[in-house]
Amino acid sequence: MYHRLSIRQKQIVWAWAFLAVPIVFYVVIRFYPTANAMVISFQNWNLLGDRTWAGWANYAKLWNDPVFWKVFRNTFVYLLIGTPVSLVISFVIAYHLDRLRFMHGFLRMLYFLPFMTTAVAMAWVWRWFYQPVPIGLFNNVLATAGIPQVEFLRSTTLALPAILAPAVWAGLGFQIIIFMAGLRAIPRSYYEAARIDGVSTWTILWEITLPLLKPTIVFIVVFSSIGFLRIFDHVFNMTTNDPGGPLNSTKPLVLMIYQSAFTDFNMGYAAAQTVVLFLILLIVSLVQLRILRDN
Amino acid sequence: MLVKLTKPGIAGVATAVMLAAGSAQAEVEIEYWQYFFDARVTAMEQLIENFESANPDITVTMTHFPYADYRTKVAAAIPAGEGPDVVQLFYGWLNDYVAAELIQPLPNDAFPPSMIEDEFFPMVGAMREGDNYWALPTAVRSLALFYNKTLFDEAGISGPPGTLDEFIETAKMLTKTDAAGNLTQVGITAGMNAQDHHWFREVLVRQFGGEPYLDDYRTVNYNSEAGIAAAGFYTGLVNEHKVSAFGFMDEPQAAFKAGRAGMHIDGSFRIGSLNKTRGLKWGVTELPANSDGMRSNYSSYWVNAITTKAEGEKYDAAVKFMQYVTSDEAMQIWLDVVGELPAKPSVGLTEANANDEVFGPFIRGLAYANTTKFANESAQRQILIDMVQRIDIEGQAVADSIAIAAEAEQELLNEYHN
Repeated sequence: MYHRLSIRQKQIVWAWAFLAVPIVFYVVIRFYPTANAMVISFQNWNLLGDRTWAGWANYAKLWNDPVFWKVFRNTFVYLLIGTPVSLVISFVIAYHLDRLRFMHGFLRMLYFLPFMTTAVAMAWVWRWFYQPVPIGLFNNVLATAGIPQVEFLRSTTLALPAILAPAVWAGLGFQIIIFMAGLRAIPRSYYEAARIDGVSTWTILWEITLPLLKPTIVFIVVFSSIGFLRIFDHVFNMTTNDPGGPLNSTKPLVLMIYQSAFTDFNMGYAAAQTVVLFLILLIVSLVQLRILRDN
Repeated sequence: MLVKLTKPGIAGVATAVMLAAGSAQAEVEIEYWQYFFDARVTAMEQLIENFESANPDITVTMTHFPYADYRTKVAAAIPAGEGPDVVQLFYGWLNDYVAAELIQPLPNDAFPPSMIEDEFFPMVGAMREGDNYWALPTAVRSLALFYNKTLFDEAGISGPPGTLDEFIETAKMLTKTDAAGNLTQVGITAGMNAQDHHWFREVLVRQFGGEPYLDDYRTVNYNSEAGIAAAGFYTGLVNEHKVSAFGFMDEPQAAFKAGRAGMHIDGSFRIGSLNKTRGLKWGVTELPANSDGMRSNYSSYWVNAITTKAEGEKYDAAVKFMQYVTSDEAMQIWLDVVGELPAKPSVGLTEANANDEVFGPFIRGLAYANTTKFANESAQRQILIDMVQRIDIEGQAVADSIAIAAEAEQELLNEYHN
């Protein structure tokens, strides 16, 4: 039967034969669990017993859960502070590093290093930095100067920024590399022309560099937004004594999902939260892709 | 026929004897599951070896998992007919395991409830549901007050405190601050994230004249004068007496191990790791009594149960194995190897064990211990962590904070029991 096919048909058969491997992989590893999670979000299941249908109960519970709204807010605080701050810092560093010749490679390596370090190890080191006297580095410095110590992680207002700081720092290396690649891609001739016209450095930055970096910026924004919306490792490891605490002030959505699933064994409720997170990520990505298409 | 490679000789002899006797008794293999904790695995290996030499026709295979995967694997395996015949579980999980039909009741002829109630410490009663016991522990745990002998000597304190008043005075003498007024050494560690939530629930609330729960732990009852007094006493260690700080050195046990805390309340399972801490000279005593001399304690335990997968001869073998792991001999081995306390007074309260310098205070504590029937231990603990945080960080009044905690916990219990 195969030999009676035309060349074009044979090509199609072979194309599908090769495509079948990733398709099967994705169906089994990605799509099936995703669909399953959506089904579980309409069920009650504690991992041990039978699954029973719950209708919209898990979503109703979510809507009426004050902790969920607190966590929802925290998640967006991570996103809305983390993304712009890391964008600005990484651009400033990349912009200056790009002009630097002295020890360029070494400095670039230093900035990239945190990105390669595991989040868990980094989170624990920072957790100890933030401890009160006698073991915390920052507070020991303050105490030596006679300044009252700051309860970084035991504060409902300071804990979230304190956790966000190392998360931003960890992501900088990657963003700097991407920005530098973007800067290198801008043709030199534009700058030369501007300089011949006697344009100021600020104008060059605003009128040439930034507009031409837009695709790079959009990429970094999309990438880091997804990262901050899914923040987990840093928060969990820096607050294991009271995960997401104090008083839920640092808890992101992923941590709440984890706790619902694996400490409360409420799989239906966890799945409902996962579906909500999926929708948030979908919307944020679609909005950002739309901005990209406007280019 | 299964022949164990480690004991070919014995197995060979057993085979020969069986063949000679014309006995058709086949060898049975049963599976035992527990979570991985080094000393517990070593102890269980010893128990299995002893059991197998007493019962040459039964082979027990032990499988262990990291704690984090334990529940998921058990839940997936047993319904599929794959998992263990005898399984270890935390006492607080019993309801879930019974409801999910993962375990079956222990037979009344081998484990008569009246016998269990005579022989075991009373908190094991929580394992009875209806006419049967469903699971039994080998060992139990209780709380006690650890103290740093070096710091006691340094402060010129002759011995550990016996009452709550003495406890505060002792803690004051052990507290040190730097020039800026920051604590550099605490008199007592504090943190609801560690064992303090048990101390509060089952010990302090009772010592201040209350009853933490009613209706077999289905109704929260600590939002009372006694509860407020107990919470006031507890947070007072930090706010009023300034002998402690929440989050000091990250974790209470870390502060004690580092020699930066004079006293520390913890469970018997901490003994092993304190013994390994170099340079730490520690002692242990019973939790302080109130001014009327009334004491209380919290005890918890892991139990073994027969799963619904075990049938026929495997069931019979599982019953025999359960009888052995709940025997006096097994309990003494468990105490010697793991440091966890025997579940029967007949073993625990022997002269040698009850007067042991280290195990004694824990074992004496068992006699007046209570066991909280948790619906979700970590969620119930979180409620008390939050209660203290509201007082400590947000400056909320103790009475208001405890009212919020009681309401939240009641909601959680209602959801679980309905």
